[in-house]
Amino acid sequence: MVQDLLQSNPGWGQFIFFFITGLVLLLVVLGFVTFSILAERKVMGFMQNRIGPNQVGGRWGLLQTVADVLKLLLKEDIIPKVADKPLFILAPVIAFAPSFMVLAVIPFTDKFQFADLNVGLLYYVAISGLTVFGILLGGWASNNKYSLLGGARATAQMISYEIPLVMSVLGVILLTGSLNLNDIVHAQEKAWFILLQPIGFIIFLIASTAELSRTPFDLPESESELVAGYHTEYTGFRWAFFMLAEYVYLFAMTGLITVLFFGGWLPLFGFLGFIPGSVWFALKFCVVLFIYLWFRSTFPRMRADKLMEFAWKILMPIAIANIMLTALIKSLFF
Amino acid sequence: MELLNIYQNNYLIVFVFLCLGILLPVVALFLGKLLRPFKPSEAKYTTYESGVEPFHDSRVQFNVRYYIFALMFVIFDVETVFLYPWAVAYDKLGIFALVEMVIFVILLLIGLVYAWKKKVLRWI
Repeated sequence: MVQDLLQSNPGWGQFIFFFITGLVLLLVVLGFVTFSILAERKVMGFMQNRIGPNQVGGRWGLLQTVADVLKLLLKEDIIPKVADKPLFILAPVIAFAPSFMVLAVIPFTDKFQFADLNVGLLYYVAISGLTVFGILLGGWASNNKYSLLGGARATAQMISYEIPLVMSVLGVILLTGSLNLNDIVHAQEKAWFILLQPIGFIIFLIASTAELSRTPFDLPESESELVAGYHTEYTGFRWAFFMLAEYVYLFAMTGLITVLFFGGWLPLFGFLGFIPGSVWFALKFCVVLFIYLWFRSTFPRMRADKLMEFAWKILMPIAIANIMLTALIKSLFF
Repeated sequence: MELLNIYQNNYLIVFVFLCLGILLPVVALFLGKLLRPFKPSEAKYTTYESGVEPFHDSRVQFNVRYYIFALMFVIFDVETVFLYPWAVAYDKLGIFALVEMVIFVILLLIGLVYAWKKKVLRWI
């Protein structure tokens, strides 16, 4: 049925069908965000030898984040007098919209994918770069010194780490010869790219942590220096959309790493193929997500001066060397 | 014809996702407006500055270093844009294209080394 719909002329029927399925995905992602925040707090709690949330919703605190969201919905909305009102309102929307748009290309299983674009990977990289505008606008429109500093810092960090991020996936593209994420998964039937591209994987992991501005790269919102960074003046649900964008990106980035380096929905070994692809995808997804949560409670925050030098002087030269090495090996041995 | 339809439908999905991404904040903020209290007072609308009365505008001149990093970003991002099609078509282009690309990358790396020596990359 979906194939027929895809093959017929685009029209309102398709629009409504895609809209409803997209809405379902949106709800799933919102559920993921709710429980990933809870999981983060629980995992951090256990790693720091404490319990974490355990009051709302039983012993595991299952409804803690739901309660937090409802509380945010009831908060008064304050826009400072000196702020640039239209931009202040627009900024969270600009930050959030691309974070949801990138999910369109992630292939969850071989049958369940929204947009099978030929330029899937390039689309992801291009769209995810747009969030910087939302953050910079939010910081600037608040007309607060902390916000402006946080926004400028976030922008400098995100654009600096975007270069090693996009360069580290070039090795994968070289080995696949395609930007289509489906083709990239199918190219990993013999060996996952984490084995063929270990350097690329490590650079991608580091740079993606910085892109998500998670610890140890959470300088844009380092509480001890900048209060809350670019969203200091935001309250209630406007603030929630900045946070939401961050966690939807966490979802997307985890999915992308699973697809690029861990073979997406492919089984670990061929004889385990009877387990459905969605289970494999979910398992790998959880492992990668756990690595991010683990990072957060392991590493201390980096210093601002080390941060930029690390991107330009270490990660980028290694990423370029990795590309050239991959190209050389490919033309000599394949 | 079918391929064209599939192509167009895939970009329709992207457009739908854009619509959803914009609709969610609009709907959520509208719903929030019905639920949240509205009790304005003068003190609430001042800018936060650690409890001090905020003084002069915050949109001041700031460090030129941010600007230089933005410039470097443009250079190396454009380089990456050239590397992407090269990587996709590498199977057909072969070793000659690799040599060409190495020369191109070295030209840009000289720029990076220059910036490095000029101590532009050092953050103070």
